[in-house]
Amino acid sequence: MAYSIKVLDHYENPRNVGSFGKEEEGVATGMVGAPACGDVMKLQIKVGKGGVIEDAKFKTYGCGSAIASSSLVTEWVKGKTIDQALEIKNTQIADELALPPVKIHCSILAEDAIKAAVADYKKKHSDPVLA
Amino acid sequence: MLKLPIYLDYSATTPLDPRAAAKMIPYLVEKFGNPASRSHSFGWEAEAAVEEAREEVARLVNADPKEIVWTSGATESNNLALKGAAQFYSGKGKHLITLKTEHKAVLDTCRELERQGFEVSYLDVRDDGLLDLEVFKAALRPDTIVVSVMLVNNEIGVIQPISEIGEICRDRGIILHVDAAQATGKVAIDLRALKVDLMSFSAHKTYGPKGIGALYVRRKPRVRLTAQMHGGGHERGFRSGTLPTHQIVGMGEAFRLARLEMGAENERIRMLRDRLLRGLSDIEQVFVNGDMERRVPHNLNISFAYVEGESLLMAIKDLAVSSGSACTSASLEPSYVLRALGREDELAHSSIRFTLGRFTSEEDIDYTIKLLHDKIGRLRELSPLWEMVQDGVDLSTVQWAAH
Repeated sequence: MAYSIKVLDHYENPRNVGSFGKEEEGVATGMVGAPACGDVMKLQIKVGKGGVIEDAKFKTYGCGSAIASSSLVTEWVKGKTIDQALEIKNTQIADELALPPVKIHCSILAEDAIKAAVADYKKKHSDPVLA
Repeated sequence: MLKLPIYLDYSATTPLDPRAAAKMIPYLVEKFGNPASRSHSFGWEAEAAVEEAREEVARLVNADPKEIVWTSGATESNNLALKGAAQFYSGKGKHLITLKTEHKAVLDTCRELERQGFEVSYLDVRDDGLLDLEVFKAALRPDTIVVSVMLVNNEIGVIQPISEIGEICRDRGIILHVDAAQATGKVAIDLRALKVDLMSFSAHKTYGPKGIGALYVRRKPRVRLTAQMHGGGHERGFRSGTLPTHQIVGMGEAFRLARLEMGAENERIRMLRDRLLRGLSDIEQVFVNGDMERRVPHNLNISFAYVEGESLLMAIKDLAVSSGSACTSASLEPSYVLRALGREDELAHSSIRFTLGRFTSEEDIDYTIKLLHDKIGRLRELSPLWEMVQDGVDLSTVQWAAH
């Protein structure tokens, strides 16, 4: 399998690998995929004032393209509000990394990870007073 | 001097031994005669070389040279043995028995025989990869005519109990075929002692050239086959087609070298394999696939838990190995052999087959150990599954968002 230079770069030097403490303020987690399918992505976002994502971390079990997709997403969501993060589409990820057709599912999984992390954040912060 | 990538895939194929290559070359240009030409010295010279090679193949397995039939390789030998015996003895019965962990050349031939009206039982193996003789006995039927069991498994290197299977088959008058493609030069084979009727050989797994193999066809008691390749009646009618003298000479020389050197070579390779296993066994959560005692010294098949197969292969591209990954990502099919061992139930692991050989050095092994330590550690740092397991989560209880 031939990988693009960008995939190889993210695979060799993944950005923002790790986890936040579960109790940290503003942390939300999205976990998508299944071991049986060969991909599991965990994306964590740390949301500050005004709903801005201040930091992001990931861990991925999966192929090089899955690792690269999730690494890229951690870079992209930082500095965005949670609503802006939801606008990231899998096609942008696939284009940026020049993913071949058989690896498009990796970019879809990365988009799903963002959605899952934001949903987790909203669930934890559904303050009835503000709603 | 360490040369990258390191070849650790000797069960896929071996390089031609330079000594065998040197012996082959004259038969390509000067000594080009057709061994079937009876009327001149070109033919006689080629025939003499073919017969000398036949003797060498026979000597490695303690058979009579008259019992060796040249084929294009073990796939053809398996086809000729199974189809030939099933068709010839079809008047006695229609049932065959083989294992789920056999090579595709046996399994797919059995599928074809099913289409021709035969019935085939595909037996499970134990979780150590070996056939349970009680399971085997229970599968035998009055109409069983042929049994096919490999001597050495290509993926996990385990050695099946052929001697015991032979006794059981001979008692019942059942033809026993053994695929020995992965066995020559690795385990001692004595066809005067073993009650095996048909045995398949390949040259290129034992430092001979590709495109040549042989089938052993027992003479006492005589085993008969329906020919699958018709033509000039070469090889006593078992297999027509002009003999490729140079290929045959190469196989003969490779098998002669195997006979002379296998004792010392296997000890050296066993030491290297054990060094590799020791070097890898201090990595957490690694599992050897297949029994370690009844196994050829060349093979080590290991599963690394919580590391995905394709990313592992990407990480170890300095190694030429083969992966029987258990993951189902687009490009890696799960291995049917490991699945037959019950490995499928494990949640997430990827397995690597290391097969060592004549030109593997201690330096190669030490580099391999270090590389795997680095890369497995790195991939597990990246793995959310590894993190969950470290936190005490039982992955089988997790509700996954399957996609």
